[in-house]
Amino acid sequence: MKKDQLLDLYHQMVLIRRVEERGAELYQAGKIGGFMHLYIGQEAVSTGLIAAREPRDRVITAYRDHGVAINCGIPANEVMAELLGKATGISKGKGGSMHMASVEKNFWGGHAIVGGHLPIAAGLAVGDQYAKNDNVTICMFGDGATNIGYFHEALNLAKAWGLRVLWVCENNKYGMGTAVERASAVLDIQQKAEGYEMKHSQVDGMDVMKVYEAAKEAMEYVRTNSQPYLLEVITYRYRGHSMGDPERYRKPEEVKKWQENDPIGIFRKHVLEKKTVSAKALDEIDAQVEEEVNAAVEFAETSPEPAPEELFTNVYVE
Amino acid sequence: MAKITMREAISQAIMEEMDRDPAVFILGEEVGVWGGTYAVTKGFYDKYGPDRIKDTPIAENAIIGAAIGAAMVGQRPIAELMTINFAFSAMDYIVNQAPKLHYMFGGQFQVPMVIRAVGGGGRQLGATHSQTPDAIFAHFPGLKVVSPGTPEDAKGLLKSAIRSNDPILFIEHATMYQVRGEVPDGEYLIPIGKSKVQREGKDITIVTYSKGLELSMKAADELTKEGIEVEVVDLRTLRPLDMEPVLESFKKTNRAVLVEEGWKSYGVGSEVASRIYEEAFDYVDAPIIRIAQKEVPLPYNRALEQAALPQVPDIVAAVKEVLK
Repeated sequence: MKKDQLLDLYHQMVLIRRVEERGAELYQAGKIGGFMHLYIGQEAVSTGLIAAREPRDRVITAYRDHGVAINCGIPANEVMAELLGKATGISKGKGGSMHMASVEKNFWGGHAIVGGHLPIAAGLAVGDQYAKNDNVTICMFGDGATNIGYFHEALNLAKAWGLRVLWVCENNKYGMGTAVERASAVLDIQQKAEGYEMKHSQVDGMDVMKVYEAAKEAMEYVRTNSQPYLLEVITYRYRGHSMGDPERYRKPEEVKKWQENDPIGIFRKHVLEKKTVSAKALDEIDAQVEEEVNAAVEFAETSPEPAPEELFTNVYVE
Repeated sequence: MAKITMREAISQAIMEEMDRDPAVFILGEEVGVWGGTYAVTKGFYDKYGPDRIKDTPIAENAIIGAAIGAAMVGQRPIAELMTINFAFSAMDYIVNQAPKLHYMFGGQFQVPMVIRAVGGGGRQLGATHSQTPDAIFAHFPGLKVVSPGTPEDAKGLLKSAIRSNDPILFIEHATMYQVRGEVPDGEYLIPIGKSKVQREGKDITIVTYSKGLELSMKAADELTKEGIEVEVVDLRTLRPLDMEPVLESFKKTNRAVLVEEGWKSYGVGSEVASRIYEEAFDYVDAPIIRIAQKEVPLPYNRALEQAALPQVPDIVAAVKEVLK
């Protein structure tokens, strides 16, 4: 990977983290409502994954979507404004934290029903198959989603119909507060693909380069063979499931252990050891992100609320 | 004008739209090789091939979910539910996904999808396969619910539905496929969300739709013999509900009977009655009566099943009661 690309990956990961850290502060201050699920700790997953896509490849994910939105190219301003429910938000303030999307950036949401977007992802691929193009749909979901019926209907259909879907399970060890081993009959989640004779693999999700390489390879397979693929990414979220999670299901030491394996830290160490980029260049990005996030907060806070008549717009197209 | 069956009308509507627009395709259980469980898509597989007539696994979440996704990226899928009773398996998609996607993402997504579903009782299929749960779907803003009562309306409304950019649930009645009716020659469209006076009369208004229309027209024929002139208003679309022709008729007759096949509690009739009381209270000369299904799961036994379903004599008696 070229220097510019490496710096871009770093920039995206730091931006996600800082946007979310500031978001958490604004939530605590009562400026963000509803549910908010932070991606902190998992930044390398969507960053590596989406870096591997062509612009024509579609992305769809669950409700932990701020990072994915940023990776897809939605400006931090519009992400922050959506969190604050403002008219300038990417979903005009009508979606909130869990419902961000951009047709222009080929990002198809932001879906809040666990597993519910998997059949829709299959449908995006049905649309592309019908249009006879070779776009890949990248569908991200958590480990918890692999225990619900939608997952099985969607994977079965994808294999039976030869749909170009890269299924990406972000195994962060917990579905809300229930550990994988307490909820799933199969601990090695990638093996669930075997039930559908679907190709699969597993990758370390704390290392953005490993995710990128695995995603490139998997996408190539999907595109060339017109077959789905299940990629399991092992990762960890540092924060609670959502804001206001008492975290009784895990010990602080466990979180601390994973934080030693921090995706941003690993990346810094990796590129500095290889001397591909300088510490100065990375520090400059840190400073730049700080400004960017300050500007995003300023933009969101000074943006107007949706007009009252927005209540009734977009219920129907016609 | 040609006289054709409801089945032919629906079939023609789909075929005309498939010929007109290559983005239209069908997916569902047994729609292809089998020819459709109710033979609506008979011959389609041979004409259009497997790409446009997609036989699916028996997996309603996959069927409706996939239709939503394909619609989001610009195709115009017609998803067929073998019966509306299977809609409950895909409830999340029908009420919690499709109707929300345009609104929730600030207008970015469109879901130009039609779900065709066969509903209704009277075929001795037992409690889980005989329901008329139309009202619950009409509860959700963002979804449009259409249910025609004549071949002419079925064809014109379905063609409009296929061209619409909103998600539409199109409910057909299982016992009405053989109903025959005049259909205009050549192409025509009927707008969604418009109720229609199907029979003019001055004494009383019956508001109904789908199977209820067939029963109400028969009741009106009988009542004519006794000198009672019934006006029959067919809702045709349950959401958005067009009350204009209903209110106009009611302001003329001052009396109404509401006929539907679904259960009475929380039903279509409840909504229409409330709207009449809210919007035309000064015109009410007698309490409005609702004719609907008895509040039981439908039994298998033919006599018991028929006893639970609304019948022509029930409507005749209700009209006389309101006119008393």
